[in-house]
Parts: sequence; structure tokens; C-alpha cells
Amino acid sequence: MATKSLKKRESDLANSNRQLQILSNGIFQNGELPTFKDKIAETNQFPLKAKKLEILQINVGYMCNQVCEHCHVDAGPDRKEIMTRETMQQCLEVIKNTGAHTLDLTGGAPEMNPDFRWFVEEAAKAGIKDFIVRSNLTIIRANKKYYDLPEFFKKHNVHVVSSMPHWTRGKTDKQRGDGVFDKSIKALQELNAVGYGMPDSDLRLDLVYNPSGAFLPGDQMAMEKDFKKGLMEDFSIQFHNLFAITNLPISRFLDYLIASENYEDYMYALVEAYNPAAVENVMCTNTLSISWDGYLFDCDFNQMLGLPVNSKAKHISEYNEELLEGRNIVISQHCYGCTAGAGSSCQGVVA
Amino acid sequence: MQKTYYDPSDLRKFGKITEWNEELGNKFFEYYGKVFEEGALTAREKSLIALAVAHTEQCPYCIDAYTKDGLQRGVTKEEMMEAIHVGAAIKSGATLVHGVQMMNKVNKLDG
Ligand code: SF4
Ligand code: SF4
Repeated sequence: MATKSLKKRESDLANSNRQLQILSNGIFQNGELPTFKDKIAETNQFPLKAKKLEILQINVGYMCNQVCEHCHVDAGPDRKEIMTRETMQQCLEVIKNTGAHTLDLTGGAPEMNPDFRWFVEEAAKAGIKDFIVRSNLTIIRANKKYYDLPEFFKKHNVHVVSSMPHWTRGKTDKQRGDGVFDKSIKALQELNAVGYGMPDSDLRLDLVYNPSGAFLPGDQMAMEKDFKKGLMEDFSIQFHNLFAITNLPISRFLDYLIASENYEDYMYALVEAYNPAAVENVMCTNTLSISWDGYLFDCDFNQMLGLPVNSKAKHISEYNEELLEGRNIVISQHCYGCTAGAGSSCQGVVA
Repeated sequence: MQKTYYDPSDLRKFGKITEWNEELGNKFFEYYGKVFEEGALTAREKSLIALAVAHTEQCPYCIDAYTKDGLQRGVTKEEMMEAIHVGAAIKSGATLVHGVQMMNKVNKLDG
């Protein structure tokens, strides 16, 4: 289990250019596998274009109480990049003027940003009705000051989306660290207790499953059934939907793929599972990702790869909806992770 | 010349068997696909049966494929190992139950 981010370890792969090189060399350079660009061009889907903006996904900081082995953010307690109130103010200005209806807060652990609650409250005042918070669950149990998060979420009718690798302790702790399973279970029970995830409840609680290793997720419906059965039988826990998402070959997951000599096989698996229909709904087509320091990206993954939006407006302070709509999405081979099987963005496959 | 009988990357080429006999190849894959669909047994249960049989058949391609398939379906390693023991128990049982044949023969010839 990793205890430090790649950045802290001064790993070669903490450098996003190095990651992009790896994704463009080797099997993609010698033509063994088609590049993502060539692949989507086969079905006339190149260039991929942004449609109307619906969701603002704001990454409020890379700090996290966990150091999951395959984190695509390379998050951890040692990451100090945190969004300031000033940048949040700029986001609020945009929220007031945009047609986007959903605010999706992510991190790291977004709740660790000292201005997290303030931001949610202000955004609610600014007219946001649909909040998504990507909560890792353990944060709710990490410190007393977070114990009342379920109540806070409830007050603002926040849609909670949480990672849960498996319904058994062994598989969960292997991926996310010792003790994570027990804490997550406790957090889920507390969310259930205030009404989250209960049948017919408006308080939405969805879980995200991503594989613990170099393989693709299985059928989402079947996994959801197994998760529901497992969590209900053993812990009386309920939740709404399960999103089975594919790990993208970037950051710590790429590091793992290379170190375990799974990289090529994994890329083959992604390309084999390519589904042209999933290209239509990749999340970058209706989402804009904003980094902790206010820069704009097509998605959280491009943010981590340091691939800025292809537009004159590059920072939240220069935000211009017309300039951004219809922009060409910046792509590379990591995008195959979004088009494998049924498709993989949490929004794309809502049941 | 390849130096081993088995090459992991050959598994990816399995589909190519249709190139030398399209009709039978396609019929086989159609049948194969149908067998593994959700039915009276779940696809997950079928995957575990396949894993056990892969071991009794000692087919490295199938072991590779159904270990991965199990992981994709959220099958735990404990479940996988138990499934293999079922296969192993039947295999050893099948060996040992023939001991009765041996005993019969001894009793007949040397009774
Ligand atoms: S909880 Fe999420 S952000 Fe934190 S280390 Fe794990 S995967 Fe990364
Ligand atoms: S990785 Fe980002 S840019 Fe690429 S398809 Fe997925 S959401 Fe779009």
C-alpha cells in the first residue's frame, strides 16, 4: 500500500509530460494499436466536440486522507494544492451566469478544503440545485469535525457519490488501505440513518466501483445486484445505483500498470472493448473541469495530464460560455478508458 | 521459430480459427457465447464453473481468461480457490473410484 503520492516520491511519472509520452509511444507509435484519434475517426467522430455545458466539475484540492493505490489524482495527505476562497469566488461568479445546472465537487477529499462548506452554501445561494460531492466515505469518520457531514449533505440535498471497491473487507482494504472498509461501512450506515440511499428517498447515494487491478469492470447491473445483496445481508446498508467505471491509464494507475508489466495487455483490453456508441456520451461533452488554481480542462483526467482546454479562455477568470461551447476536446490514448464497454463516466451510464 | 508451445498472446487470436473454417468456427463461437449468458445459472456462477473446468482441463488459456473474467465479476480469490478444489475433488474422486475396479479385478483373479 502506497503511503506517499508519486509527487512526494519524486517519481518520474509525477510528471504529466512523461505520462503523455508513454501513452503515445510503443504500441501506439508502431501502429500495433490505433491511436484514439484514428479510432474515433473511423466512425466520423473526430474531432470530439463539447456540447452545451451542463456540469461544472470543480476540483477543490488534491489533499486526501487516503492514498489509494490507483488514484488518478495522485492525491494524499502530502498534497498541498488547495483551492482558495478567492478562486471559489470566481467560480461563484460563473455559476451565477452560466446555464450549467449541476455542480460536481471533487478532489482529493473535497471536504478537506477549509472553505468547502462555505462554498456549498454560497453556491446554493447562487442558484445551484444539483450538487454532487465525490466523497470517499472514510473522511466522514476521519475526524470529529467531519462527523456531521451527513447532516450537512442532507441540508443542501447533496447527491453523494462514493467509491466502494467491493462488498468484502479484503478486496476493499487491498485497494484503498487498511481499515478503509470498516470506516466506509460505518459512514454508509450513518448516511442511511439520515435518509441517504433509502428506497424512494430523494437523498441520492450512489456508489462507484472501479476494479482493483489490471482488468475492466464487469457488467454494471450484475455488479450492482451483487453489491446490494452483499451490503444488505452483512450490514443492512442500502444505496441507489452502482456505477462501474474503468480505470484510466494515468497517474498512479499507470505507474502500477507499468510496474506490474500489465500496461500493454491493459491497453489491448481497452481498445478491444472500444464502443463507438460510448463516444457520444463521454463526460467531457457536457462537463467542464476546473482545477484548484482555477484553470479549465475538458475533464478531471486531462487536468491531471496537464492538457488545458483548447480555447482562448483558459482560466475561470476568463470564462466565456460561447468561446467554450463547441470547442474541440483534447484527446489522447487515455480516452480509451472512457469508451470501453458501456462507457465510463459517472454521468454517462446513469441507470 | 517459436520456442514454446504456448504463447499468452495467442489467446487474443482465438477468434482467428474462423478464418480456416468460417461456418464451424462461427457456430462454435455463437454456441459458446450463448452458453455463458445469464440463464437458470447466473453468468457469475458459470464463470466459476468455467474456472474449475479450466483447471481440470489444465488449459492455460482458459485459466488466464476465466481468472480475469472472475475478477471482472467481483469474484473473490477465496471463491476462486474453492471452485478449483471442487474440480480437484472430482478429479481425484474419479481416479480413486476406479480403485473399486482394481479391487474387483484382484478379487476375481486372486480371490
Ligand atoms: S480517496 Fe479518491 S482522491 Fe483520495 S486517494 Fe483515494 S482515489 Fe484518490
Ligand atoms: S479522458 Fe477526458 S477528454 Fe478523454 S474521452 Fe474521457 S472525458 Fe473526454
